[in-house]
Amino acid sequence: MAYSEKVLDHYENPRNVGSFGKEEEGVATGMVGAPACGDVMKLQIKVGKDGVIEDAKFKTYGCGSAIASSSLVTEWVKGKTIDQALEIKNTQIAEELALPPVKIHCSILAEDAIKAAVADYKKKHTE
Amino acid sequence: MDFSADHFSLFGLPQTFRLDDAGLDKRYREIQAQVHPDRFASAGDTERRLSLQNATRVNEAYQTLKKPLLRAQYLLGLAGHDLDTESNTAMPPEFLMEQMEWREAVAEARLARDLDELEQLHHRVKQRMNSRYEQLANLLDDQRKYAAAADRLRRLMFLEKLLAEIDDAMAALEA
Repeated sequence: MAYSEKVLDHYENPRNVGSFGKEEEGVATGMVGAPACGDVMKLQIKVGKDGVIEDAKFKTYGCGSAIASSSLVTEWVKGKTIDQALEIKNTQIAEELALPPVKIHCSILAEDAIKAAVADYKKKHTE
Repeated sequence: MDFSADHFSLFGLPQTFRLDDAGLDKRYREIQAQVHPDRFASAGDTERRLSLQNATRVNEAYQTLKKPLLRAQYLLGLAGHDLDTESNTAMPPEFLMEQMEWREAVAEARLARDLDELEQLHHRVKQRMNSRYEQLANLLDDQRKYAAAADRLRRLMFLEKLLAEIDDAMAALEA
């Protein structure tokens, strides 16, 4: 299958790959997986005291579209508040990367990874 | 022969996960011989088209029943349990964490060109899968606990992918 230029770009030069230290302040983690393709995705956000996402990192084991989707959302969430980050929809990701229908689940995975990370942050900070 | 029947009926097999492999292969070859398009080379357009359709149908059914993962998914579908594998991304975090660790180990072994390590990983994953498939057979055929079976199956999908990654890495090193 032919990947779009944007997918190739993120795939070949993924942004923000890696992990934060567990003890780092304001770090929350979202883990999701898509059984259909066996892809696993970990997205971490580092949230400042003002509720704004300062930094994000990801680690994804999956196809080019899954890696590109997660790479893209680490860029998108930076500078957003956690509530703004929740507004990112898989359709926007799919559109930006020109994903074909069979790869839509990769964008769903990335959207769900953000939701999971934010949920983890809220859980940690409301107790 | 009823080509609109379910895959199991098509081959005259009971709707179970545990499968008579040899029986499936035998029935497949018999049916395939009957519907093969070559037999209809001199027939009319309609007949030729129909034979092609039937041959495709038989192939699809065979491929589905032959692979344990697809067979289980198909059985759950017959029982009215859709796995929603495309959009349901919630898996237990410990499970995903473990998958992540496995995949990291594979990537590292591949990078280090460590064939021994990859072989060990293959062995461990294969063992895990075998026991999971046994549990799945038990849940589907004996207990008929479909929700629990669906959960096992979702996990197995990740393990199948993991095993494919390991085999891929081994093939790349051996090449």
